[in-house]
Amino acid sequence: MTVLIGQLFTGVSIGAVLLLIALGLALTFGQMGVINMAHGEFIMAGAYTTYVLQQVITAAGWSLLIALPVAFVVAGAMGVLLEYLLIRRLYARPLDTLLVTWGVSLILQQLARDIFGSPNVQTRAPQLLTGNIALPGGITVANNRLFILALAAAAVAALTVGLRVTPLGRRIRAVVQNRDLAAVSGIPTARVDRMTFFIGSGLAGVAGVALTLLGPIGPTMGTNLIIDAFLVVVVGGIGQLKGTVIVAFALGVLQATGEYLTTLSVAKVMVFIAIVAFLQWRPQGMFTLRTRSLA
Amino acid sequence: MTLLRGRRILAGAMTLVAAATLAACGSKTTDEKVSSGVTADTSGDTVKVGLLNSLSGTMAISEVTVRDSIMLAIEEINAAGGVLGKKIQPVGEDGASDWPTFAEKAEKLIREDRVAAVFGCWTSASRKAVKPVFEKNKALLFYPVQYEGLEQSPYIFYTGATTNQQIVPGLEYLKAQGTKSIYLVGSDYVFPRTANKIIKAYAEANGMSVLGEDYAPLGSTEFGTITNKVKSSGADAVFNTLNGDSNVAFFKEYKSAGLTAASMPVVSVSIAEEEVKSIGTQYLEGQLTAWNYYQTTPGAANEKFVAAYKAKYGADKPTSDPMEAAYVSVYLWKAMVEKAGTFEVEQVRKASDGITFEAPEGLVTVDGATQHIAKTARVGKVGPDGLITEVWNSGKPITPDPYLKSYPWAGGLS
Repeated sequence: MTVLIGQLFTGVSIGAVLLLIALGLALTFGQMGVINMAHGEFIMAGAYTTYVLQQVITAAGWSLLIALPVAFVVAGAMGVLLEYLLIRRLYARPLDTLLVTWGVSLILQQLARDIFGSPNVQTRAPQLLTGNIALPGGITVANNRLFILALAAAAVAALTVGLRVTPLGRRIRAVVQNRDLAAVSGIPTARVDRMTFFIGSGLAGVAGVALTLLGPIGPTMGTNLIIDAFLVVVVGGIGQLKGTVIVAFALGVLQATGEYLTTLSVAKVMVFIAIVAFLQWRPQGMFTLRTRSLA
Repeated sequence: MTLLRGRRILAGAMTLVAAATLAACGSKTTDEKVSSGVTADTSGDTVKVGLLNSLSGTMAISEVTVRDSIMLAIEEINAAGGVLGKKIQPVGEDGASDWPTFAEKAEKLIREDRVAAVFGCWTSASRKAVKPVFEKNKALLFYPVQYEGLEQSPYIFYTGATTNQQIVPGLEYLKAQGTKSIYLVGSDYVFPRTANKIIKAYAEANGMSVLGEDYAPLGSTEFGTITNKVKSSGADAVFNTLNGDSNVAFFKEYKSAGLTAASMPVVSVSIAEEEVKSIGTQYLEGQLTAWNYYQTTPGAANEKFVAAYKAKYGADKPTSDPMEAAYVSVYLWKAMVEKAGTFEVEQVRKASDGITFEAPEGLVTVDGATQHIAKTARVGKVGPDGLITEVWNSGKPITPDPYLKSYPWAGGLS
């Protein structure tokens, strides 16, 4: 029983990590249909931002807190730059965005290697986040995992409220549903695209900060994450935040359960089979966006 | 865009990636006829040697230091006049933590650069990938890392420990400490799987129970479940054969779960001083490692090695076992070449038996029959400064026994 609850928490925390890395993609891929292969490198940028800040601000707690907004802006700015220089010329050609951003991701990896060296680097976690909370019955809940869970929840909440309530959010949704109609209604679609990219890429930066608490920071860390992020968004249903949230946690729990019953490698295979089977049954993903667009 | 179109594009993209991966895997060397061996180019006043290490990817954390230490040995030898009157000219290649790349680069070093010997490789997967290349071309590889044993190639000199010089002594140390049960955690590839087969055979013969065995893909950073399993098993100790930066995630998770060196010690065979530093000493303090060399190993040869290394690469750079073995490799090769009087591979091999060198770890001797070397085994504990101090050693160099022929319990393994 203890193990079961422990595993459930592990599953939820894997889900929280998946959610954080997929959330930004849900916006740029899910909402805008841009296959951004450089999304993983924006995550990496967030992680390196934390590392750099820690060289300047040695108190690990403060540097982590400051890293959250800074990484958001750094990765967001990279996203805007990418959108402005390349992606905006390719909105009508999604397959080309894939190739172009893949190239960009390789360039960014090499850039990171040149700046920070190829061996991975580490950050020190704040003292508060290295321990764990012992619950009755011998269950322990790791503090860093709790922090990531809270961060994911906060990001989802902020994004949901932002999309529903703010004028920018309404504009984003309008552009997603019908770009042409939004344009003739006076919405500056180009600026909205750029802002969407800023937020989506910024969220990747925040995910990068969270990941420094779990593992190594390296030039190729993004490539390991990008597939998982795409899986979550595709299975969740393109254009649907709700689907991203549910699927991230579902995959996390499935992975943890599979791992517990078998081995890590077998569990990965199980998750992939489950995803393929699911997409056969519901090719449009868990939820779909109803749209009046004819495209 | 329509959802269906987006999906079709994504499917196309995935196929593209898969095809690229397959193509990379399939790009084997295309030489049909077995060559009679490429002779090294020694026409000038230099002799080229190849350096083949991962300078990028998940293994770079470890392999870059090996490259640095090979370079140190080359510089020292050149400063002292070179080998057979020729200066050594290093030719470096990046294996990029990718086995097909290792094979490709090995072929390039041998056939295009015509090097006299190659130093490098870390993971067993990379060694297995280049082994046929060296055998086909009759060229020499010096492999500096402890490995799972059960292998012998006429064209490879193994200067790291084989299992009876590291894993078996590590297990004997645990047994002497009263360890009754262990849990095995490793990366999912050839070294940990073979090592664990040996550990299980040892455990069975010595009344130790193995409570579980888990593998994570190389480069994996998600250890929540494995840590839960380890913790709930209640084992006396963990035997860790994880490689590369997975160790970072594993030890972070291990500490988060409230496991410590006091409650459940971990014996690692792939974590040396350099890795301790980059994983973070706070996660590793008090944990055990099994190796043949530590920076703190006493002796004049080691003092000289450590001082030279720090002078060249910085006072904060630690030295480690694979670095020491790589450094020793270059000197052993030099001694073999000088004894043979030629760079010619077959002559060098014949001259190898009985070559000794006063290494930083102590006296090492080449065993010509197995092409391994006799080494002293050492178990160490990670201190608060990130350095490892010896808590036990075998007292004398252990004769290499890659197929564990001298251990009755290992009968069914090879």
